[in-house]
Amino acid sequence: MPTMLEVSGVSHRYGSGAKAHTAVHDLSFTVEAGQLASIVGPSGCGKSTLLRCIAGLTPPTDGTISLHGDRVAGVPDDLAVVFQDYSRSLFPWLSVQKNVEFPLRWRPIPRAERRARAAEALEHVGLSGVGGKFPWQLSGGMQQRVSIARALASRPALLLMDEPFASVDAQTRFELEDLTRRVQREQGSTVLVVTHDIDESVYLSDRVLVLSKSPASIVADLRVELPAERDQITTRESAEFVTLRGEVARLLHGDGAATSAAATAASDAAEWDLAEQSKSMDATGSKTRR
Amino acid sequence: MTAATLSGRVGRRAARGATAVVRSWLLFAILVVIWEFAARAGGSKFFPPPTEIAVRAAHLWFTGPASSLFLTDAVFDNVFPSLGRMLGGWVLAAVVGIVLGMLAGRSGKAMDYVGPLFAFFRSIPPPTLIPVFAVLFGLGSGMQIGSIIFGAVWPVLLNTVEGVRSVDQVKVETARSFRTPKAYWLGMVVLPAAAPKIFAGLRVSLSISLLLMVVSELIGAYNGIGRSLLDAQQDFDFPTMWSWLVLLGILGYVFNTIFLAAERRVLAWQPTRLGRD
Repeated sequence: MPTMLEVSGVSHRYGSGAKAHTAVHDLSFTVEAGQLASIVGPSGCGKSTLLRCIAGLTPPTDGTISLHGDRVAGVPDDLAVVFQDYSRSLFPWLSVQKNVEFPLRWRPIPRAERRARAAEALEHVGLSGVGGKFPWQLSGGMQQRVSIARALASRPALLLMDEPFASVDAQTRFELEDLTRRVQREQGSTVLVVTHDIDESVYLSDRVLVLSKSPASIVADLRVELPAERDQITTRESAEFVTLRGEVARLLHGDGAATSAAATAASDAAEWDLAEQSKSMDATGSKTRR
Repeated sequence: MTAATLSGRVGRRAARGATAVVRSWLLFAILVVIWEFAARAGGSKFFPPPTEIAVRAAHLWFTGPASSLFLTDAVFDNVFPSLGRMLGGWVLAAVVGIVLGMLAGRSGKAMDYVGPLFAFFRSIPPPTLIPVFAVLFGLGSGMQIGSIIFGAVWPVLLNTVEGVRSVDQVKVETARSFRTPKAYWLGMVVLPAAAPKIFAGLRVSLSISLLLMVVSELIGAYNGIGRSLLDAQQDFDFPTMWSWLVLLGILGYVFNTIFLAAERRVLAWQPTRLGRD
């Protein structure tokens, strides 16, 4: 299987000098084409930062990222991101149909084809009839589906999902997990999901990358040997699943004694700084646009 | 749905609409009636009763030939030019305000430089600058439109800057992640996101435009509503003066209502708005 994404030696440091905080340290991994990989790590460990570096939204301070062989500098052309906060990511002034069409607007496609592709994407996520509605008229799960449809409409080579199901309720989460698996297998797309939910990372993907606490580095790279056809109830009961998730949980929580209180406090302080810095980046967000 | 229930629903909606109208205008009607009785009792020339004002107004504006919709020359020579200046000034101020606002708002540094300048200029009461414009443009439409634009641009400009700067960060990143070209970014994301604030600014600008139209005409004009009002006052023709005053109130109300209806249309996508209606 050809390599779709190659991340080598990527580090990202916020700030400089004494107040610098390294979110991600020397990460290297590859994702093959057609694979559904998930990155799991504790909150604030830098996984979202990693995703943003891969997406080209933030340049890494060190290391390189390549998408199907091409170096990533700025946002690459055939990439799409699904964000966690669907209510803020979808455009409330556009109908669902127009939201899904959005990435296609500036492509040299005739309007009819654009409409057809959007309708097709909505059908893939199971939302055939709601094109005319507005996002706020839909439930949370449906809104996230619209987000996914919008990402799919642009037929990306790599689909990035940043904690996509963290803002929906548990049952909707199961539906969306199954949806993501189905869509990925139908389209053969390469998907990289960032999540903090251990069960989700194992259920969803073919491969789990476990990150440590900040500064994040890869603790483990596990292959998920579950069958391709998965079911929320039987798969989650299976011995395979239980073993795997136990392994991931142990890797994540690490050795209890080794994690000192001081280390936790330091990483909490770093998280706070990170939040402050991204808040100050918010204000000039328009300036750092492409 | 049977015909009976349909007409029942329509009837009830009409009744609800009628009730709303009555409720909005009841107090106004009561005040007019009180004014009528008070004015007749007082007998002062300076405060004619509403009926006298209405009669004079009708005579002043609606006794023209049928060919011009019964409108008199007074309307064509005064009302239309005034409205033209007011709306022309407002539209120009809106365009300038939105364009400049988008330019200034997108650039983080620009507002650092011009922000204090804007704050300074918007704090000067526009009527006080009318003599300045009179010196620049002489008496006449140029002075009026200049004054109107200078006064009306600030709410639009500053609100546009605010709106442009406060586009949701998640939307910014979403648009970036799709490599949205600048034109689509501005037209499909920034402008709609800023639209609620821009409309708020436009509404304030509209009332400022009306105010400045009148005041600039009071100070120096050859025609117009303000000028006619001033002439009537100086001729001690108080019913006519009050007619023009009432007209101003009506115009303000009508423009505001039309604007709100347009705003409701354009911003129909806001969930809070739809909940209210």
